[in-house]
Amino acid sequence: MLASLIIVFREVFEAGLIVGIVLAATRGVRRRGAFIAVGVAAGVVGAAILAGFAGALSNALAGRGQEVFNAAVLSVAVVMLGWHNLWMASHGRELAGEMKAMGQAVAGGQKSLVAMAIVVAIAVLREGAEVVLFLYGVAAASDEGWVALLAGGLAGVALGGAVSFLIYRGLIAIPLHRMFTVTSWLLALVAAGMAGQAAAILADIDWIPSFGFELWDTSWLLPQDSILGRALHALMGYSDRPMGVQLAVYVIVLVVLAIGARRIETSTAKQAH
Amino acid sequence: MLTLKDHQFTPAAVTVPAGERFRIEVENRDTTPAEFESSDLRVEKIVVPGGRIVVNAGPLKPGTYTFFDDYHPDQAKGTLTAVAGKARD
Repeated sequence: MLASLIIVFREVFEAGLIVGIVLAATRGVRRRGAFIAVGVAAGVVGAAILAGFAGALSNALAGRGQEVFNAAVLSVAVVMLGWHNLWMASHGRELAGEMKAMGQAVAGGQKSLVAMAIVVAIAVLREGAEVVLFLYGVAAASDEGWVALLAGGLAGVALGGAVSFLIYRGLIAIPLHRMFTVTSWLLALVAAGMAGQAAAILADIDWIPSFGFELWDTSWLLPQDSILGRALHALMGYSDRPMGVQLAVYVIVLVVLAIGARRIETSTAKQAH
Repeated sequence: MLTLKDHQFTPAAVTVPAGERFRIEVENRDTTPAEFESSDLRVEKIVVPGGRIVVNAGPLKPGTYTFFDDYHPDQAKGTLTAVAGKARD
C-alpha cells in the first residue's frame, strides 16, 4: 500500500501544483470549475488510453515515440500557457475591475478557459500515464491485494489534491489585482520550464543540438528527485544538470512572455485613456 | 544492453567510457511494465512487458551512477561506472 501511495502522490503532486495555479489564475471567470474539471477528466481518460498504447508509442518513430510525444504535448502546453498570459495582459485589469464591482464571477475569458483546460489535461495526462502503468503492474503481479492497492492509490490522490488546494488557497489570499500578476508570472515560469524540458528531451534523442549536456551540477545542493526538487521542477523547470539548449529555450520563452505582456499592457492602458 | 527479468537487471553493473555519449538498451522480459529511470543519468523511460527501449546518456564524469526500475525501486537496481579512457562496453 505504501508503494502505491508514494508513487501516486508523487505524480498527483506534480500535476496538482499546476492545477492549483490554473484555478487561481482563472479565478472569477464564469464556469471555470466545469472547464477545469473537464480538463482533469480528459487527462485521466487520456492517461489510461496512453498507458494502453505505451508499447506502440514506444516503438513508434524508430523507438523515439515516447520522447517525441512528450516533447509535443509539452509544446502544446507552452503555447496554451503563453496564450493565456498574453490574454490576461490585455484583459486582466478589466477582469479584476469587474470582479471587484460585482463581487463575483464575470462572463468573458471563456477562450482562455479552454487553453487552461488543455494545460490541466496535459499535466494530468503526463503524470497520470505513469500512475496507470504502475498500478496495472502491481495489480497484474498481485503481490498486493486490490484493497491495499486501491487504498494506497486513493490516499495518494487525496494527498496530492490537498497540495493543489493549499496552493490555490495560498494564491487567492493575495489581493485581487496583484494575484493575477503573481499567477501570470507563475504560469510564465511553468511555461518556460516545460519548453526547456521539451528541448532537453529532443536534444537527448539527437534531434536538436544540446549546446552542452551539463552546464552545471547542483545535484549536491538540491537533487531534482527530492520532493522540493520535484516541486521546483514542475513549477519553474528546475534542473540540477541543465543542457545548454534547455537553458536557452527557457530564457527565450520567459523573455518573450515578459516583453509580450508588457507591450500589450502598455497599449491597452493607452487605449483606456 | 540490459535485461530485466524477475525485476532484476542483468548485468547489474556496467562500465562505460567517461566523457562520451553512449546508448543504453533495456529489454523487459517481465510480464509487468517497468520504468527505466536514473536521476544520475537523467533518464526516465517506460518499458512495456516484452518491450525494448534505447536511451542516450552522458557524457559523464568518471564515477559511479545508479539506475533502477521506478516501479520496483527496491528490487530492480544497478550501477553504471564511467571510467576515463577505456574502450566501449
